[in-house]
Amino acid sequence: MTDAITDQIEPRRAPRVGFRAVLRAIIKHKLSRVGIIIIIMLVSMAAFAPWLAPYDPNKQDLYHVLSGPSMEHWLGTDNVGRDLLSRIIYGARVSLMVGVLSTLLSATIGSLIGLVAGYKGGVVDMVVMRITDTFMCIPWLVFVLVLAAALGPGLINIIITLGALGWTGFARIIRGQVLMVRELPYVEAARASGATGRRIMFKHLLPNSVAPIIVASSITLGLFIMVESAAAFFGLGAQPPTASWGKALRTGYAYLEIVPLFSIAPGAMITLAVLAFNFLGDGLRDALDPRLRGEGEKL
Amino acid sequence: MSALLDVKNLQTYFITDDGLVKAVDGVSFDLREGETLGLVGESGCGKSVTALSILRLIPNPPGKIVGGEILFEGRDLIKLSEDEIRAVRGNRIAMIFQEPMTSLNPVLTIGRQVSEPIIVHRNTSKEEALKESIKLLTSVKIPAAETRVKAYPHHFSGGMRQRAMIAMGLGCNPKLIIADEPTTALDVTIQAQLLELMKNLTRDYGTALIIITHNLGVVARYADRVNVMYAGRIVEKGTARSIYGDPRHPYTIGLMASVPRLDQDTKTKLVPIEGQPPDLLYVPPGCAFHPRCIYASDKCPQVVPELRAVDANHEIACWENVKK
Repeated sequence: MTDAITDQIEPRRAPRVGFRAVLRAIIKHKLSRVGIIIIIMLVSMAAFAPWLAPYDPNKQDLYHVLSGPSMEHWLGTDNVGRDLLSRIIYGARVSLMVGVLSTLLSATIGSLIGLVAGYKGGVVDMVVMRITDTFMCIPWLVFVLVLAAALGPGLINIIITLGALGWTGFARIIRGQVLMVRELPYVEAARASGATGRRIMFKHLLPNSVAPIIVASSITLGLFIMVESAAAFFGLGAQPPTASWGKALRTGYAYLEIVPLFSIAPGAMITLAVLAFNFLGDGLRDALDPRLRGEGEKL
Repeated sequence: MSALLDVKNLQTYFITDDGLVKAVDGVSFDLREGETLGLVGESGCGKSVTALSILRLIPNPPGKIVGGEILFEGRDLIKLSEDEIRAVRGNRIAMIFQEPMTSLNPVLTIGRQVSEPIIVHRNTSKEEALKESIKLLTSVKIPAAETRVKAYPHHFSGGMRQRAMIAMGLGCNPKLIIADEPTTALDVTIQAQLLELMKNLTRDYGTALIIITHNLGVVARYADRVNVMYAGRIVEKGTARSIYGDPRHPYTIGLMASVPRLDQDTKTKLVPIEGQPPDLLYVPPGCAFHPRCIYASDKCPQVVPELRAVDANHEIACWENVKK
């Protein structure tokens, strides 16, 4: 899974472009504009859930169990009579929280590991990168299931598990960048002015290597939302009664023939979120690489 | 006055897959306080490696200082620990690099970068270091330094960046500045300004200066003494006056003859040195210059000539007695 990410982002020089130029390029990129709109929508859903949701997500309406869409319940109700729309709005919180935190965690771990491997080089690099390769071989979902089984289900454990697995792609990207940046004259100049290894790593190498991490983060975020939903599907994510898309999908699956919307709606939300972050990732990649700028228009 | 820097028989080799490259092979020279030394030679003759060896910045592997001594203020830099040499870099000895366009970090402001050596070595606060860098930038004649410290390198022109680099080098008031091709990438007018500036600053601060260059004109004007290098060795050394007025080594004579001069008749032909500088993997035996030398005798391919005095303060490594 991470291979796909690594391959999309070949190591390249951080283009010297202003923040505004990048922002303009992202907005010009049609797909990423769609992505941004969806992401803003999802974030507002998560942030303003208590005001947006028509009902308390845990309140049961036992007169309407497994009802289809109606004026009272726009998306219908679930098997215990809770309003589906409200649960989907609240479910954005779980998905986004898991996505953002686990991406942050794995990007941080990966950047540090890649930075050290790239800077130290030689044996350290060899050993660290072989460990990375080993981690890359682990099938994610199985590992998530095993670790969640060992640690017990719950959101925090899912985040930790994703962080512990997802860093490999980031480590490879940063290492590739660092290998290139560390040969640049300003790094030698810093060394010649007496800077310590740590100073060179964090002041000179890291800031000049992170641009592709932003792109990878966006794509990884979408991926993690999907993995979280999959884990929830197997009952390992958020625990009842917390509203979660993956769990709703799972429960609704059993009633597919009676109320299809019960599983289709959360499924659509998952797809939408993953797509949105991928679109944004594509836009970011093109925006950060001036050579590709303008090509987004053709999409 | 004792020497500030005394390099004795420095040998820096690179171990490559193709074989051993003796980039610097037995180089000795010394430098007094406040003096300016020119290190001249073609590309790949070992000038830059000599400079990097002094600060122990040779990437290892593949490079390694295999022999010799580098005495600076009485201490052998080769024997210092990693922490001790770091305290020398940028503090006692500063280095200015040849690529002003890429020698500054694009994501840090000029102020931050000029402050860097001061923060590293002086343990001052960021604010104080920034104040200091404004002074430094003013001293290298960057106008409106108070606002320019907030600028990023891409806001600066090549000449301004090189000025910022010089300011960075001066930060800790070093005893020695090594300038590696400091003006190569710049316009001639800017070159002259910067060299003049460096000369004045080193005079004011009493800093010794090593200028590494392939530009003989630069050395003629600004250096007190000159070392001419060829294939990892010094082939001629002396005062700038004696070397320009009376070059004795066939290589130096050849170098001078291949520089176009305005005061020459345009009908006078330039006399280039025939052949290519040697591949350091296969340095010719004996005197490395003999395949290209028009004065070469039978002895030249057999025995490596050592430096010998031909005059007071003038040495050459050549078996022949050539006069221009």
